[in-house]
Amino acid sequence: MARMKFICDAERCIECNGCVTACKAENHVPWGVNRRRVVTLNDGVPGEKSISVACMHCSDAPCMAVCPVDCFYRTDDGVVLHDKDVCIGCGYCSYACPFGAPQFPSNGTFGLRGKMDKCTFCAGGPEDNGSQAEFEKYGRNRLSEGKLPLCAEVCSTKALLGGDGDVVADIFRSRVVVRNSGSEVWGWGTAYGKPASGATPKPAKPEGTK
Amino acid sequence: MSRSCWAVTLCAVAGMLGACGERPQELTGRKIQGSAASWQGPATSFTVSGWKVGDESSWDAHMRVRAQAQNEQVRVGASR
Repeated sequence: MARMKFICDAERCIECNGCVTACKAENHVPWGVNRRRVVTLNDGVPGEKSISVACMHCSDAPCMAVCPVDCFYRTDDGVVLHDKDVCIGCGYCSYACPFGAPQFPSNGTFGLRGKMDKCTFCAGGPEDNGSQAEFEKYGRNRLSEGKLPLCAEVCSTKALLGGDGDVVADIFRSRVVVRNSGSEVWGWGTAYGKPASGATPKPAKPEGTK
Repeated sequence: MSRSCWAVTLCAVAGMLGACGERPQELTGRKIQGSAASWQGPATSFTVSGWKVGDESSWDAHMRVRAQAQNEQVRVGASR
């Protein structure tokens, strides 16, 4: 059983925004909503890094935990989807999501907050696969056509990878080995820095745990 | 049996029967039913070849191959 995941290689992303454009075009995403966006750290400074961010389809999704009407569900492939007919547009998921994935279209005279919209991993929604109703609410259902999300497939530098978590992790791992970066590019040291460089030390395990 | 015993028994029975009136406390009565699994298709003009619609293992294998196609190092040899 596949576990669909995205991974973005910050060493390769060139901030072309091709993934953003492809997503909007493929899914007819309305104005004011970007299901995917490119974030650049240290923009304009030599050595800047960019990363393409959207819903990460978390295994323990905070949006699912906080939704008061329980509109989220997870498919067998590990894709986190939601039902727009149940969503009340409260925005709790937006506050809970660490990636800012949930988006709200501003429509109406007073900028009313509509139903939440987010990346579907190109897997549509609860309507019948490939139906017009599904397309109008959620966009294309590429998974049921045997395709991967367009953002990943269109990425020119292959910085953005999408698919079964095992496969995309293997691809990224092989790149790391080729770059001669070694095992230090994985894990705590990479994410939070090394203690010698003044980073926050690893938290101690609570007492009583082995 | 004394009157107090009867009273205690009646209270106990009333307490037990009270649980029968418990209402379901689920958040919502409706659980969202997702659409059919991706491997179930349907076959359309947009469906790519290389897998059999309705066959889960075929879809799994096809998606793995398709994901692996993102690895250009396999196609052009190892390079940076």
